[in-house]
Amino acid sequence: MRRDTPAALAIGALLLSAPAGGLPADTDADPHGLRPGGATTVDASGRNAFSFPAANLSDAERTRFAIGNSFFRRNWVEAPASTTARDGLGPHFIARSCGGCHVQDGRGAPPEVKAGRHEPPVALLLRLSVPGAGSHGGPRPEPRYGEQFDNTAVRGVPPEGRITLREEPVPGRFADGTRYTLRRPVYGFADLAHGPMDPQTMISPRVAPQLIGVGLLEAIPDAEIERNAREQAAQGGAIRGVPNRVWDAFAGEMRVGRYGWKANAASLAHQSAAAFVGDIGITSSRFPAEPCMPAQTACLAAPRGGSPEIDDRTLADVVFYQAVLAPPARRHANDPQVRHGERLFADARCATCHRPSYLTGASPSAEFGSPALAGQRIRPYTDLLLHDMGEGLADGRPDFGASGRQWKTPPLWGIGLLRDVNGHQRLLHDGRARGVLEAVLWHGGEARASRERVLGMSRAEREALVRFVESL
Amino acid sequence: MMKPLLIAAFLCACLPAWGQAPAAKVPASAALKPVLAHHARLVHVSYEDTLASARTLQRAVLAFVARPDEPGLQAARRAWLEAREVYGQTEAYRFYGGPIDDARGPEGRLNAWPMDESFVDAVQGRPDAGLVNDRRVRIDRRTLVALNERGGEENIATGWHAIEFLLWGQDLSDDGPGARSADDFIDGRAPNADRRRQVLRVVTDLLVDDLASLVRAWAPGAANYRARFERGGTESLRKLFVGLGSLSRGELAGERLEVALASRDQEDEHSCFSDNTHRDAVSNALGIENVWLGRWRRADGSVIEGPSPRELVAARDAALAERTTRQISGSVAAAESIQAPFDREIQGGRDGRGRARIEATVASLVAQTKLLVEAAAAAGIERLNLVQPE
Repeated sequence: MRRDTPAALAIGALLLSAPAGGLPADTDADPHGLRPGGATTVDASGRNAFSFPAANLSDAERTRFAIGNSFFRRNWVEAPASTTARDGLGPHFIARSCGGCHVQDGRGAPPEVKAGRHEPPVALLLRLSVPGAGSHGGPRPEPRYGEQFDNTAVRGVPPEGRITLREEPVPGRFADGTRYTLRRPVYGFADLAHGPMDPQTMISPRVAPQLIGVGLLEAIPDAEIERNAREQAAQGGAIRGVPNRVWDAFAGEMRVGRYGWKANAASLAHQSAAAFVGDIGITSSRFPAEPCMPAQTACLAAPRGGSPEIDDRTLADVVFYQAVLAPPARRHANDPQVRHGERLFADARCATCHRPSYLTGASPSAEFGSPALAGQRIRPYTDLLLHDMGEGLADGRPDFGASGRQWKTPPLWGIGLLRDVNGHQRLLHDGRARGVLEAVLWHGGEARASRERVLGMSRAEREALVRFVESL
Repeated sequence: MMKPLLIAAFLCACLPAWGQAPAAKVPASAALKPVLAHHARLVHVSYEDTLASARTLQRAVLAFVARPDEPGLQAARRAWLEAREVYGQTEAYRFYGGPIDDARGPEGRLNAWPMDESFVDAVQGRPDAGLVNDRRVRIDRRTLVALNERGGEENIATGWHAIEFLLWGQDLSDDGPGARSADDFIDGRAPNADRRRQVLRVVTDLLVDDLASLVRAWAPGAANYRARFERGGTESLRKLFVGLGSLSRGELAGERLEVALASRDQEDEHSCFSDNTHRDAVSNALGIENVWLGRWRRADGSVIEGPSPRELVAARDAALAERTTRQISGSVAAAESIQAPFDREIQGGRDGRGRARIEATVASLVAQTKLLVEAAAAAGIERLNLVQPE
């Protein structure tokens, strides 16, 4: 069981006083990328490593961080309750708080399967859709269960059912003869409350990712993402990333996608408000309706915690809180093995998609972002583009412009601290990979040549490559 | 190459993140050891006093559920309020992964907030809500613990605030606490009164047991957390300061005061059923002062004192130690000026100066946190942020 006591509020974070003054301009002061978030970077390790505010925040912004933190981490409760600001959980939900899945602002994991048995998933959800387009060209919800499966509900409302999970071994071998066995998860459903699903239902499992640097990613100019796509296309090889274009409820228009495993959300505000309503059952002005489907009568009849359940200002504080979560400094960057790994990373062309570095522009929104995020030389190791990752990883479920074989390149910063923060290193969209090397071995499609290079590496080279990624 | 960032953000690129502080600044162990030993004694004694006050509450609850009536309910409420005064001071030992809040620590079960009222009992508009009114649910310790841990999430139906909700009921009035009647616990006068009595009893027993585990973890002469803490040197001192700083800035100033100020029109206060939130602020502020001064006032009025972090800092920088002492004392005074009920105070209070009183408390706590960071540096703690591998 994962226990995230409120005690672990990570407010050691707030011990930091803000350094006075503005931002340094981009300089070559950090050629080895020791400060992945530029001036926002914090020196942090251990369980709270992902929970610190940007080092260059003002005192007033730190207050806002504390408020956002409270509403991010504290449980929402069933309505009605005396704590009117914090009621409205469900009727259907997956977690009681943002922090219930993003434990310590970190990453979720699928349940461990032991002897065919497992606990219900907590920080992993299953998206559902049927063929065809839904609103704004997005996925079309499954008619009885909606766009995602909710295996929990408030008292008096039946949960939609249970999620089942089994794993299939996928054996393989490195060129040096070393054998490995990957595990492919197979998800299904049991005890469905509203009858069988549409036979054409497509399922996509998604784990909650770590949140450090998400505001910095938002400050990467669109032009840089489009440039990534142009440059990859110009190389004429297999790697041809494309941006997703998705509906943004805050902008009221289609935008370049940045968040989610298929880049199906363009802004942190949209991503957060959609998660509030979809995962916790908390309505907001942009997402005013509880996701109860027409057949789900108990869900439709359940008490509400206000309309909406989270007001615009509180939602903005929670978005701001996430936007300023700081990337921690790199560890062991000058270690010879890490430097060796860095060269191998480049040789295997990992950096084509896991683009190391950007200069951030202004936060796109004064309401949700901070001037502290602007003008920073950051090192997230992503191109924010969609890539065909091959049949092995495909979920077969399109999402706006993303096909059933495409996934967004996830940023790599913080991967080496996942064990500190969350006690695991389960990677990829459904957490199937146990560590960096397994994640690499699942790469197919456009990344096939890179995987082949890694398969040909010696043990020492593989270890150096992993060590480099874990230093980020 | 860099701006002179403040201590905690200091970067030494040549060392791993847990690099050692420069040797010259590490306090001589001769001075540090007695401070840690005395602090451990202070923590132990204060948990003993907390446990004793919780046992008084437990006796009051047992007497009340045996013969529920209005005087018995009042007595249980008084015992709860008195026990909170003591417990609140012990919150200065949180936030560094000690016995109260390490991965298996009871903090979540003891002090979870907000309280999931309708998960436990009837609320306005939902007379049949809660496990009290669901006779299919067994009420015993095991079931309650299991319900709370469902799905690996935070706890929702045990601890101080669950007891508070059962004793006071929902706070539905503008200027007073919850007004639950003793009738809710009397068979024939309220549905499921037997189950309400049983839940109250079980959550109180659980609270007492969890507090007893903290006394054991800090007991002298045992192979326990205290023994490791006393041997821990600078790392233990760092933990002590992390606890003080986190409670000052993040929890008390941030989570309890600033968050409430920001959501002024809502019942966003920690002890909302009893309207006791103003005392939570005072007891937290006092808890910080206790640790800094190495002082604890026992229930019988006697005071234990001994080598303190203040003395350790004063040996390096007497003026800084004095400023810190004054600021911490000022925070206690500022917190004491906050008037009850807190939910009125955040809207201005009776004289319209309630928000200013809370803002002044926040400002003092923020200032004291900065001084504590400086004080920690003077005592040889360079980087408070870092959690070292255990």
